[in-house]
Amino acid sequence: MAILNALTLLGRTFLGFLEATGRLAVFVGKAFSRALQPPIYFRAIGQQMIDIGYYSLPIVGLTAIFAGMVLALQSNIGLARVEAESQIPEIIAFSITRELGPVLAGLMVAGRIGASMAAEIGTMRVTEQIDALVTLATDPFKYLVFPRLLAGIITLPLLVIVADVIGIFGGFVISVQSFGFNPADFISKVWDYLVIDDVIDGMVKGSAFGFIVTLMGCYQGFYSRGGAEGVGRATTNAVVSASILILVFDYFLSSLMFN
Amino acid sequence: MMSNQPKIRIRNLHKAFGSNRVLRGLDLDIEVGESIVVIGGSGMGKSVLIKCILGLLTPEQGSIQVDGVEVVGMKEVEREVMLRQFGMLFQGGALFDSLQVWENVAFGLIQAHGMSRKQAKKVALEKLASVGLDERVAELNPAELSGGMKKRVGLARAIAASPEIIFFDEPTTGLDPIMGSIIDRLIVHSVKELQVTALSITHDIASARRIADRMAMLYEGKIIWDGPVSDIDKVDNPHVDQFINGKAEGPIKMQVRHP
Repeated sequence: MAILNALTLLGRTFLGFLEATGRLAVFVGKAFSRALQPPIYFRAIGQQMIDIGYYSLPIVGLTAIFAGMVLALQSNIGLARVEAESQIPEIIAFSITRELGPVLAGLMVAGRIGASMAAEIGTMRVTEQIDALVTLATDPFKYLVFPRLLAGIITLPLLVIVADVIGIFGGFVISVQSFGFNPADFISKVWDYLVIDDVIDGMVKGSAFGFIVTLMGCYQGFYSRGGAEGVGRATTNAVVSASILILVFDYFLSSLMFN
Repeated sequence: MMSNQPKIRIRNLHKAFGSNRVLRGLDLDIEVGESIVVIGGSGMGKSVLIKCILGLLTPEQGSIQVDGVEVVGMKEVEREVMLRQFGMLFQGGALFDSLQVWENVAFGLIQAHGMSRKQAKKVALEKLASVGLDERVAELNPAELSGGMKKRVGLARAIAASPEIIFFDEPTTGLDPIMGSIIDRLIVHSVKELQVTALSITHDIASARRIADRMAMLYEGKIIWDGPVSDIDKVDNPHVDQFINGKAEGPIKMQVRHP
């Protein structure tokens, strides 16, 4: 009996997963299917790029600089055990560009943008603003969802670049100030060590995370129900699901890139 | 050749939410240029009827024709074209929070009709003036408006693109009697001036009497009576009599638990 119950639960979970995946796929299909047909809402796309990219700069920069500083401290401790402290610049550059830059930028944007998108679109849903868009002969997928997805895909890689530069700078400051590195040596080591693929792979991850964050924000908001409580639930779901998916896809993307 | 087909023809319309069968074979004709008000209690399906016509909800069964063209199952692109002849005043206004008042009014003109922002603003200011709002209001955000002002802005948005058909969803709900009367007068004025076909839904009988040429009563998913507004007090129908006179006793039983 217990085995049967477990199998039932497993089957239900699997079917639920398939249903959720299918609904998401339909959602994405609707967002992109008429994206290039006029009218194209350039103003909405530009606005979203500013919201996601420009206004996320302080939070991404702040996170990156402390991540770089901590990385320098921890690397120094770890590498000292094998007498390889001189490798700190390489470790910082590699970790920031391939991993910490994109993941931290993605998680920060998930918290800031994913939540606000779900809240904004969810409020529009429960106050009939999305219905109003339809009655004004405007496709809400085209007007609300596509500009956000596109802006996420384009701006997250740019934020990753900023996070890379600021993160490495954070490591640089600690290495020079606390561990006596020569500034020119540090920069030269980072420059010689990094290959373009390190940066590009990080940007590709950023692009994928931008898509995930904006998709979760739009999807959860678009289908929110039940007034203020429903909007609150949508906001939480958007942040939690985006954060988990970022970490899951980070693994799979890293696997693909290393192969 | 003059056609005598109604502007909107609805036949055998069914819509259910789970086990709750809201519309159960509704038939209704709305003639060109008339103002019809559908009355009925809360939860009787008045808003569902409007949403089915606009394509916001998909009925399980039945036919809805606008100018003789079937709209149930219509493709999205065709529906967008069809919706350009509609205007809609939502119960809560459904104004876009992120846009200024004039941008709300001009939204359909810019997005659906391709008008320049400058020209659309001019039209928006004219429409706002026609509902008694001046240029200072045009620059405000919807959050800064009172309930009555929101309704007036919503009305200006509904008439902005000079539609052929306008729907009014509970136009006086939440307003004081004087503001309700002002909104009704504006609705009557707009309908007459634009020579549009109007469908309003309300449970405010005083408002219905002011704006209707014809009334129809929705009960248990069907139209149980319709006729000229002048006949409403002479109707030999106990449901209509109970509803328009607000009697607690009668054939309409409310689900009220007595202490």
